[in-house]
Amino acid sequence: MQRDDMVTAMTDIMANFTNYLGKHLPDDIMAKLGQLRSAEEKPLAKVVYDSMFENLAQADALDRPCCQDTGVIQFFIKAGADFPLLSDVREILDEAVRRATRAAPLRHNAVEIFEEKNTGNNTGERIPWIDWEIVPNDSGIHLDVYMAGGGCSLPGQGKTLMPAAGYEGVVQFVFDVMTSYGVNACPPLLVGIGIGGSIEVAANLSKKALFRPIGSRHPDPRGAEMERLIEDGLNEIGIGPQGVSGTDSVMGVHIEKAARHPSTISVAVSVGCWAHRRGAIRINADMSYEILSHKGVTL
Amino acid sequence: MNKILKTPIQSEDVENLKIGDIVFLDGYLVTCRDMAHRRLIDMGMELPVELEGLAILHAGPIVAKDGDGWKIVSIGPTTSMRMEVHEKEFIRQTGVKLVVGKGGMGPETVAGCAAHKAVHAVFPGGCAVLAASRVEKIERVEWLDLGMPEALWVTKVKNFGPLIISIDTHGNNLFDRNKAIYNERKGPIVEKICEQVKFIK
Repeated sequence: MQRDDMVTAMTDIMANFTNYLGKHLPDDIMAKLGQLRSAEEKPLAKVVYDSMFENLAQADALDRPCCQDTGVIQFFIKAGADFPLLSDVREILDEAVRRATRAAPLRHNAVEIFEEKNTGNNTGERIPWIDWEIVPNDSGIHLDVYMAGGGCSLPGQGKTLMPAAGYEGVVQFVFDVMTSYGVNACPPLLVGIGIGGSIEVAANLSKKALFRPIGSRHPDPRGAEMERLIEDGLNEIGIGPQGVSGTDSVMGVHIEKAARHPSTISVAVSVGCWAHRRGAIRINADMSYEILSHKGVTL
Repeated sequence: MNKILKTPIQSEDVENLKIGDIVFLDGYLVTCRDMAHRRLIDMGMELPVELEGLAILHAGPIVAKDGDGWKIVSIGPTTSMRMEVHEKEFIRQTGVKLVVGKGGMGPETVAGCAAHKAVHAVFPGGCAVLAASRVEKIERVEWLDLGMPEALWVTKVKNFGPLIISIDTHGNNLFDRNKAIYNERKGPIVEKICEQVKFIK
C-alpha cells in the first residue's frame, strides 16, 4: 500500500470508530451497568436505570450519539516505534474528528482560549488531545479514544500531599471529591485515581486509569486491595444513579501509579460518567485493525 | 398515572410538588445554560424569549438542519450547579416555573424557588436520545451566535420526563439531603479503609 493510501485508510478507520463509539458503550461498561441495574433495590434509582437503558436502545436504533455531550475528543496512544505513519497521526486524527463531527453528528465542543469562540468542528489548539507513549519494537498502534462530557470532567481534581498525610490522605481526598462533585457527574461513575510525585503525573495517570477494562485489577496486590477497599467503601455510601441514592455508587475504581519523590505524594481523581464512551482499537502496519472495546464490530 | 405539568405553569401547579416526586412536561421547554444566564444577569441583555410560566432546560443539544428549520438529534441535561450563581435572579426576572437539569443546585436556587414558586427537577443525565424522542419540534432558535450548545433552542415537548423534583417550593433540596447522608456515612468508612492502607511506615 502506498503511503497516501495508508493515510486514507487510517483516517477512514478512525473517523468511523470515533462516530461509532459516541453511540455505543463498550462491552465491559454495558455488562457492569446491567449488573448494577439488577442489583438496584430503590424505586427512584430503578426509574433512572430504566431511562438509561431505554436511552441506549434508542441511540442504537436511531443511530444517534447516546449523550448529547460528546466531549472534547481525546486520544491516548501507545504507538509502536516502527509504526509507519507516526508523522501523520496528528493530521489523521484531526481529520477523523472533523469527519466524525459532521457524520455522527457530534456536538461542537472545542472553545478556543482567550478568543472564546467555538471552532465548530471539534478541533482547535492541541485538540483533539493526543497523549503519546512510544512502544519499542512494535509496528502497530493502539489508540484509546475517549469522549468525556463536561459533567464528568468537572469533578477532576488533584492535590499534592505531604508524606505525613500518607495513603490515608489519598483515600480521604478521593472520598471528598466523590461525595461533593461526584454526585452531580452522572453516577454510577468509573473512578480513576493517579498517585505519583507531582500533580501533572498524578492527573495524567488518573485519566489513564479510566481506560483499563472494568474487572481488571492493579497488578500490585496492595494496589488491587486499595482499589477494592475504595470501591466497596464508595458503594456503601449508596450514591445511586444520578446521585438520587441507591444500592451502589460506582462502576469501578482503578489506580495507576508512578514512583514519587520522598517529600511528596500527589493524588488526582478523574471520573468517567455512566455513559463512558471510550473505545480501544489496534491498527497494524498493513492497516488491518482490531476493535478491542466493542467485540465483533466492524466499521 | 403520570403527573403532567402543562405550560403555562401556574404557581398552584408546582406548590403541591415535593422532592422525590416524578412529573412529566407538556408544552414549551427552552434551553438556557451558562451563557444565557450570564447575558441576562451579568450583562443585562434582554432575553429574546418570554419565559413566564414556561420551563427551561440546562442543556446544550446536538441539532441538525432540517429544510428551513432544525431538528433535535440528542438533547440531555447538563450540570445544573454551574447555573447556581445566577438562578435565583434568573427565576425572579423571567417568571420561569420549572428548571430542569442534572444533579442538584444550592441554597440560592432553593431561595429563588421558594420566593417565586418554581421547582428544579432532574432529567436522568446522559439520556439524550430518550429526551430527544419527547421533543415534538424546535420552534425557533435565538442567540445562535453563542454556538450550538449555548444558543436558546425553543422546543415544544410532549411527555418530557421522567423529571425528578430536586428542589420544591417549600425550601427542600433532595441533593442536599442526600449529600448530608453521604457525608455522615463517609467518616466511619474512610476511617476503616485508612487502617488498611498504612503503606508508609
